[in-house]
Amino acid sequence: MPLLNVQNLSVRFELGRQSFHAVDHASFTLEEGRTLALVGESGCGKTSIGLALLRLVPPGATIQADSIAVRGRELTRLTEREICAIRGKDLAMVFQDPLTALNPVYTVGEQIAEGLRLHEKLKRREAWTRAVEAMREVGIPDPAQRAREYPHQLSGGLRQRVTIAQAIACRPALLIADEPTTALDVSLQAQIIDLLLQLQADRRLSILLITHDLGVVAEMAHDVAVMYAGQIVEYADVKSLFARPLHPYTRGLMRSAPGLAENGERRLYSLEGTVPDLARLPAGCRFAPRCPHAVDRCQAPQALREVEPSRLARCCRALETLS
Amino acid sequence: MTRRILRILNRLVQSVVTLLGVSMLVFVITHAIPADPVAAITGPKADKATRDRMRQELGLNDPLWVQYGRYLWGVLRGDLGTSPVTHERVTEAILIRFPSTLFLSLGGVAIWLIVGVPVGVLTARHRGKPIDWLTLILAMIGISLPTFWLGRLLQYQIAYRDGVLPVAGFFRWDSLVLPSLTLGIVGAGYYARLVHSNMVEVLNQDYIRAARARGLSEPVVLFKHALRNALIPVLTVLALDIAGLLAGVVFTESIFALPGLGALALQAVLTMDVPMIMGTVLFAAVMVVGANIVVDFVYRLVDPRIQ
Repeated sequence: MPLLNVQNLSVRFELGRQSFHAVDHASFTLEEGRTLALVGESGCGKTSIGLALLRLVPPGATIQADSIAVRGRELTRLTEREICAIRGKDLAMVFQDPLTALNPVYTVGEQIAEGLRLHEKLKRREAWTRAVEAMREVGIPDPAQRAREYPHQLSGGLRQRVTIAQAIACRPALLIADEPTTALDVSLQAQIIDLLLQLQADRRLSILLITHDLGVVAEMAHDVAVMYAGQIVEYADVKSLFARPLHPYTRGLMRSAPGLAENGERRLYSLEGTVPDLARLPAGCRFAPRCPHAVDRCQAPQALREVEPSRLARCCRALETLS
Repeated sequence: MTRRILRILNRLVQSVVTLLGVSMLVFVITHAIPADPVAAITGPKADKATRDRMRQELGLNDPLWVQYGRYLWGVLRGDLGTSPVTHERVTEAILIRFPSTLFLSLGGVAIWLIVGVPVGVLTARHRGKPIDWLTLILAMIGISLPTFWLGRLLQYQIAYRDGVLPVAGFFRWDSLVLPSLTLGIVGAGYYARLVHSNMVEVLNQDYIRAARARGLSEPVVLFKHALRNALIPVLTVLALDIAGLLAGVVFTESIFALPGLGALALQAVLTMDVPMIMGTVLFAAVMVVGANIVVDFVYRLVDPRIQ
């Protein structure tokens, strides 16, 4: 049984008279101890998926899913109270910007300890001790002293370690990491990636990695779901994906990533056009207006289909356009 | 440590300079208005000799800077002069009336916060829903109510017709209920909206979403994580409002015939009682400066980012 099984998850936003699907029938599974990366540009729906798993989508958004199951337990049928008991305990989340994700008026130790008091019913002192331990585990030097400090007194790297300590303190099975390195300096990015990999190895932690950074994907992910305009357009294990991307969007994404571009390309490639307005999507393939290989057939809606064994792509020309 | 002492010292010097400025300004203004305090004291029928003698006695023939120096010297010794109208010592008059104003203010502020904070939090949580609209309308009505009208209304219905509470004056503690209510109703709506708008902003912050993601219950998220942040900007407004109240609640005190500072100041203005005007204004300035120092201190307690 997979640790996380999501079937046909949609997130629908109603904003005034407009309504659109930020996430459109996404299905994926994540095994214990593995990392699944959701990759795509801003606004493709990857963060909405992370928030939907915790049932934390903003007001005006509704979640629909055939199934969201963690270790076989169906989350969609839980009451608000029951989902609260799971948040932070079984499913924890690390946010993009560690400064804004920490409350400025409480010490970082308190912000870790309160979760322990809540979920593990620990006394104040025990919770504090465990919070300091968690901080030590994520590599914060002098954790007993640091725990008494406020977020603004810590550097960016330490802050992100604090949010990770906060997330892993209650030993969750699944960590949702939403752009965990984006707000950090390049040198710190590598450290945080190493930390997450080490935690994963130590605890058989499953990670749902939300990112737009293919470099991070290459270092951390086992499987990858590429998202475009609310849909998963390609789903594969990381090696095959990088070796042979099947969807034209995935290829465009890779060519436009600095450092990943093939040799000989001097100028950074950029995809033509812009992401479509989610409220006015093309009827057929959503990527067709920007796709260099678009033909008449692409005007029909595309299904995510198995193009090759264990490789899914939402493109009717997936194999034809490989060159 | 030394930096801290320096900071406090700096703050004190600033306060003294401010108060000095206020005293000077008040002195100049009260002496510049084309009204003759001597005429106000002696009445229209006094002859010129009496008025000249009076002017001499009060030292009004000296140059203005000498008069100011004399006044300031008195202030430093806690002597704000003597009212030529009521023959009260100004310092004493203020101290006698201060408790009435203080208790009235505390009553009013308690209502502001007891009503304003929960309503502000609740409406921010349920933003755009009927309860938000309803309280917005009620708050607008509350803010727009003229004190003198609301005060009279409460006085008429509750005190006079129902006979539940005293109509006016300050004899028993329940004399303060209606005045506090008058003060409270007008300000509660304002504070509800102030807390509301700050809460709405705070609830959009990432750390609120992060707190929810840790499984914290809604009350903990709202009252522990959001409210403390939302109250930081409210503190400044509150401190200045309290300072304003302590300087005298003119309308409310007048309506309910409370012997407070507002009534004292109003009476002083109406009778051209110059030492009393200066005394009450200076006292108000002390309250405002004091409130600023207190709010600085409280800020440091509430917001660790301020060093």
